[in-house]
This record gives sequence, structure tokens and C-alpha cells, in this order.
Amino acid sequence: MVHIPILRRGRPYRSLDVAPLLDFRTRQPFAEVSQANVGLIRRDMLDQRSARERLELLSTGELLEMCAKAADHFMHGSLPLGDQIQTPQDYVEQLSASTGLPHVMVRRNMGKIESVLRNMRTVLAGLTRNLDLSVLDTGHGKAGETAVSYYPRGASLGVVLPSNSPGVHSLWVPAIAMKTPLILKPGSAEPWTPYRIIQSFIAAGVPGEAFSYYPSDHAGASEILRSCGRGMVFGDVGSTRAWLNDPRIEVHGPGYSKIFIGEDCIDSFEKYLDVIVASIIENGGRSCVNASGVWVPARGKEVAEALAAKLAQVKPRAAEDPEAEIAPFADPAVAERISTIIDQDLREPGATDYTAAIRGSRFCVWNNATYLLPTIVHCESPDHPLANREFLFPFASVVEVNQSDVPEIFGPTLVLTAITGDKKLIGRLLASPLVGRLNLGPVPTMKISWDQPHEGNLFEHLYARRAFQSELVAAV
Amino acid sequence: MIWSRTKVTPTTETELQAKVAAAREALDAWTREVVQWHFDPETGTPFWLEWAEKAGWDPRKEIRTYDDLDKFGFFQDEWLRGGPVRRWVPKAYANRPIYTFETGGSTGVPKSRIAIEDFRIDYELFSATLPEEGFPKGADWLSIGPTGPRRLRLAVEHLAQYRGGICFMVDLDPRWVIKLIKMGEMRMMELYKQHVIDQALTLLRAHDSIQCIFTTPKLLEALCEKVSLRKIGIKGVFCGGTEMTPQFCRFAVEELLDGVAFAPTYGNTLMGLAVHKPLSAEDNYAIVYYPPCPRAMLEVVDPDHPERIVEYGETGRVRLTTLTKEFFMPRFLERDEAERERPYIAYPWDGVRNVRPFSGFQNKVVEGVY
Repeated sequence: MVHIPILRRGRPYRSLDVAPLLDFRTRQPFAEVSQANVGLIRRDMLDQRSARERLELLSTGELLEMCAKAADHFMHGSLPLGDQIQTPQDYVEQLSASTGLPHVMVRRNMGKIESVLRNMRTVLAGLTRNLDLSVLDTGHGKAGETAVSYYPRGASLGVVLPSNSPGVHSLWVPAIAMKTPLILKPGSAEPWTPYRIIQSFIAAGVPGEAFSYYPSDHAGASEILRSCGRGMVFGDVGSTRAWLNDPRIEVHGPGYSKIFIGEDCIDSFEKYLDVIVASIIENGGRSCVNASGVWVPARGKEVAEALAAKLAQVKPRAAEDPEAEIAPFADPAVAERISTIIDQDLREPGATDYTAAIRGSRFCVWNNATYLLPTIVHCESPDHPLANREFLFPFASVVEVNQSDVPEIFGPTLVLTAITGDKKLIGRLLASPLVGRLNLGPVPTMKISWDQPHEGNLFEHLYARRAFQSELVAAV
Repeated sequence: MIWSRTKVTPTTETELQAKVAAAREALDAWTREVVQWHFDPETGTPFWLEWAEKAGWDPRKEIRTYDDLDKFGFFQDEWLRGGPVRRWVPKAYANRPIYTFETGGSTGVPKSRIAIEDFRIDYELFSATLPEEGFPKGADWLSIGPTGPRRLRLAVEHLAQYRGGICFMVDLDPRWVIKLIKMGEMRMMELYKQHVIDQALTLLRAHDSIQCIFTTPKLLEALCEKVSLRKIGIKGVFCGGTEMTPQFCRFAVEELLDGVAFAPTYGNTLMGLAVHKPLSAEDNYAIVYYPPCPRAMLEVVDPDHPERIVEYGETGRVRLTTLTKEFFMPRFLERDEAERERPYIAYPWDGVRNVRPFSGFQNKVVEGVY
């Protein structure tokens, strides 16, 4: 059986405590993951400085070259996986088996990670606003005519990772190019991608000491975030709440991403249906950048009807099928509970499931795997319990609102695609702190530019600028 | 050093089976004696006398063996919440000084158990299993852990005194820790932990005579971050109070203790103190506990049919029966699960392997993607 070890500054460690990974089809274990006890994590984290010192021996230029090489290893390499070797096809199959994600989606996400690794110079240029990256080697330099000096805010970056979609790992990958060691706690069902990225970096020449990898429970995750210099956490509202007010930690909670069609465009909503459908269903609806709301000033029922007509055609397909559009749930009980929650909330007056009338029940068992079929719910009011919800499958509520209440009525929204030419409305959206990423025009919410900040700018999270003047006398 | 509590010579299966049979016979006899005691109108416990009256049968006549205790059904932990506590005091002990000890009490009214001498008896029996080199007689102790209403505080102090030492104390309020966690005040929890550890370090540095420590797994980790126990003169660590995994024990032996003797234990207010089979790397540091039979029995039962004991090696829910003249508690379902372990020559009755929280209570809905 495949065994994924802990990595303690790059050194594999086999724990006595292992967690099985179950194949979503058979519910049988096919791999196991060493689990780190909290004390072990805590003890290792007493020294974070030495890992950073190893990275500081390399120039940013060298690290960027290694990132490009890591892109090749990640996409094409046969890399260590515990005592075994993992080919790219093994990776696709293993990840698919533990998460249910169809192969075609795994490969698409591989492409995202490869792209970030390969184009790291561009990514850093975006994050640093074209800062001369030698500043990271020397600690100071010039930005135009201005003297600048940056210092690391912490010795390492601790990241508590999710299991929902591998593309999300693109967010922390640039830390290595910024000389910041990583302390990763993988998602329980998706240990594969962070492990493979680490092995790709090591194969490309990055010192193993820069990587710690601790599969663990919630207590282990908390210990990483508590002890690291800077951190990122991905999780649901409950698991991230504790970190909301900790400036060291960047919180990636639910996205509640939305599409809004303005009064000026709502009468031609049919033109935008493909963009909306793609925003809801791409990547199986498992990303925080998937639209979970389509908010409109009028014609909500017609929009819901049109979306339901398209999305109700989506059927489960085999993991290997290149046409697969939705992913099964690795744990059928989770699907059952989510579906029950939706049904309970539908009993509250003011909401209608438009997909149910076309395809029947959303809960579906096909080929031994459990699915929730795409679901479109129309809500008469933004106050309905289903109006601003997000689930781990293609689910969206079509909500009717007064345009004058936009954007305050949205609440926090990670990605907003605003289909409107109304300048006043656009002005309000641009000024709103509630919108994390703003797409103007019919841009799918899933379209990501990695040189743009995503729930925070990683460079600014890892480095701070200090005031700096130098009249250094040349050393004799 | 992974120490062995009891020197065990090679034994045959026949010898083991003979010991198992003898232990069972002793357990049956002790069961009859304890039932007789608690249900006798002269010596008995008010709670049980009233129970028998309502039940309409006389346990003194019908309970002949340990297995007969199934007739009581399952002990309800609600019976131990609230008062009057004196209904649990056997009439024979009515004029003795009574202690009341409480369980965790993380939610609602804690469960209470009365005690007179039980905690002393349990820890004296346990003392006999401690090795001299790790826990020298006459050495002073430092107890860093829960005090307040818990029996642990008096029990560890008695253990130290019984072995000829004096016990220094640093107290920890676990209910406050639970509250801090629930409030999400992790930083405050860390500060509180450091406050406890700082006090412990002060005592360790001021008193060379301290050679033995009792503490919890988390506090042991925190202490070892600050100091080498061996260098500061500690020879043995008695560890308990919360769950320990084999991985924790391995980590403690390999990375924390620096050669200091290690005695992990499983105990609680309702049972007393279990002893463990010596840890071994060959057995993956499995933690196998044996209850202090005949004073208590731990069994592993089918969670769906808790009257059925599972086969050896199978997983199930832990069921506790406590049989002392101070406290009678038949067939109590713990909030733990474990594997059923075969009898061992030093402890020829059932044990439990790798006790951990009962997974049947887990129920989680995750909403949102991130």
C-alpha cells in the first residue's frame, strides 16, 4: 500500500499513527498517510531559522530557475512518494481516487500549478509590482529612483490546506521563490499535490530543509498556524473563525463568489448564460471561485429556469471520461447531509429548486459513487436561508435584489463578475471593500490571473517595507 | 529507557491459562463479596438499596459470578450527576471522612464519585509496579496537572508519600483550558500553559531532591521544550490524565525524555488506575492497559450491542465495571474505544489496546468550499 510519510525539514518520517485514504468507489483503503502528533510539530518548529538560512544561500534568480525546472518535474517527472515512485499518471489516479475529482479536472489543475511554477518571474512581478527581485537577495535596492528595503515578516510560511481542489496550491507555491520555507498541513483527502510539489522543488535543486509536511488533525493545524511566522488557512467558516483577527494569518474561507447582471443587461441575459454556467460548474463546482450566486435586479425566475435547463442535463460520468463535469463525493454521508440541509431550507417559503422539476432528485448514486447533481434554486429575497450559500458541488441561487442595494447586499464576495456598463454601479463596485476580485463584463468567475492578488497579496504577506537610507562607507 | 514494570519470565500457554482461570475465580468471589456488601441493609449503599427495591430482585441471591452483573443492565452516568452525594456512601462507612471527586465536567454538572480509601489503595497497588531506578524510594516528586476536585491531586501526592517522598505541586485547571479553546482564545491558552510550566521550572531548579514527575502529555511536551529532564535530575516521568497514542509514546521516548524512565497510565475517577504492558518498539509502542482486577474490569464491547464482548483484536467501545466496597458501578459504557487485548502473564485478564475517543460520537457537516 502506498504510504505518504511526514517530512521534517525534508526528511521522511513514518508515524505510528496513520490515516487511511479510501477509494471513493470501493470505500476501501488504498493508501495511508503518516499523521504528525502535535508535540512533534511543535518541537520541529522551535527552529524555523535554519531552513530559511538554507534558502537564503540561493539567489532569487537561481530560485526562479529552479521553479521552472520544478514545473517540468511536476508535470512529467517520476518523483518519490514515500518508498515508491509516482508518475504523473499515478498522481492523477491517486488524487482522483481519494477525492473523486475526474481525471480531466485533475489534469486541468496540474496545468494551473505548472503555469505558476513556470511563469514565476511574471507572477512575482505582479505581486511585487515589478520590484527588482535582487532586493530579496540584498535586503535593499531601488524602485525607480526610490530607495527601498524589505524584510521578511516571519521565518516561514505555515499553510493549512484544503482537499477540495488541487489548483488552490498555486497560491502558496511562490513562497519558495521568495526564500520562505514552507510548513504544510495537507487536506486529509488530498495529501498528493503538496507532496508532489515539494518533491518537484527538491528534484529541481531546492534544499529539502525548506519543506516541512505534517499531515495532522485540527490540533496539529492550529499548532502550525500558532507557531509559524506567517500563515495561510483554508477552511470552512467554523474552522477559520479563530484566525480572522490574527494579522499573521491569511484566511481563505468560503468564497461566496457571485455574478451580478445589471439593470442595463438583464433583458439580454440569455447572451451570458454560457459564462454563468461555466462559472457554476467548472472544476465540478468545488472551488471558492465558482459562482454560488447569480444576483439579478429582475427576471429572476426566467434566469433560474434557463440555467436549470442547461445544468439539469449534466450527468455523472466515469472518472476517466474526458467529458466528466461533476465529481462524486469521496464520503457519501457528506453528500447526503448537504442534500438534506438544502431540502430543509427549501421548506422555508420563498425558494424553489428549478432543477428538481427537470431531473428529479439531486442525490444520485451512479456506478457505486455518490453525486449531487447541479442545482439551481430561485430565491425571492436575499434574506432566504439559501440565498447566499456555498456547497461542495455545482449549486447556485438566483436571487432578486434592488440594484440600489448593490454591492452592500452581497456581503463578502471573493469574486464578483459584474455584467453591466452602468458607470455609477461600477464606481460603487470599485469602491467596495466587500469584493475581493472584480471582473467587469462577462468574465467567468473561474478565470484566474495568478499575478493578481487572491485574498491578499502573498508578497505583502511575507515581506514588509521599512524606511531606509544608506550612506554606507565602502568596506576597506 | 522503556522500563518493564514487572519482571516476567517466559511462560507457557498452559501456565497463562491456569493464571487466567485463577484470576477469574477470584473475580467471581470478589463480585459476590462486593454485591453482598452494597446490597446488605446493614452495610449497603442507599442508592443501590433503593435500586434493588424498585427492581424487585435481590442481587445478593442472583449474582453469583462476574458475568451475572449483566442483569443490572447498563449504569447510567446521569446517576452520578448532582446530589445527594451521600446516597453513594455505604452505610458501613457513614461515619468515615468522605471525599468527593469529580470527572472532567466540561459540560453541565460533573459526575461525582465518593471515596474514602480507594485512591490510596489504587495508588499503593500501582506503586508496586514502578521500577526503583526510574522512581527511587525517598525521592521527591513534582506533580504538574489537574488538582481541584480531581482525585489525581491527592492520589499522586499519596503515591509520593507512600514511596517516602514529598510531593511539590503546580496546579492546572483543565476546565478553564476547555473554556479557552471553546472561546478560540488559543493565545491565552498558550500563556496559561507557559504560566504552569514556568512554575514547574522554578520548583525544579530550586529543589534538587525532585527526581520524579507526574504530568499530562501536553505539559510534558511543553516542559521538555524548556529543559532536559535528565540534566535537571529527573529519573522518571509518570504520565496520564488524558489520552496517549502510541505515536505520542514513541515521540516521548525517542525525542523528549532523553533516557528518563516513562510510565504512561490510563485512569479516571470512576475506575482507578490501569497499568500498562511494557512499551516496545517491536509492538509499535502499542499502549496496552490492564485494569486493576478485581477492583475494576475493562472490557471491549460491540457498540451496537454493548452486552456482547468482541473477539480478541477486534475494536469496540470500552465498558467499565468498578467493584470496590466504596463504589459499585456495573457495566458503564465509557466514551472511549479500543481493541480487546489478550490476558498477559503479569495481568491474567482482558486488557485494552490503544484507547481513544469513541468514533461513534463523531458527526460533522462541512459547509462551503475554500
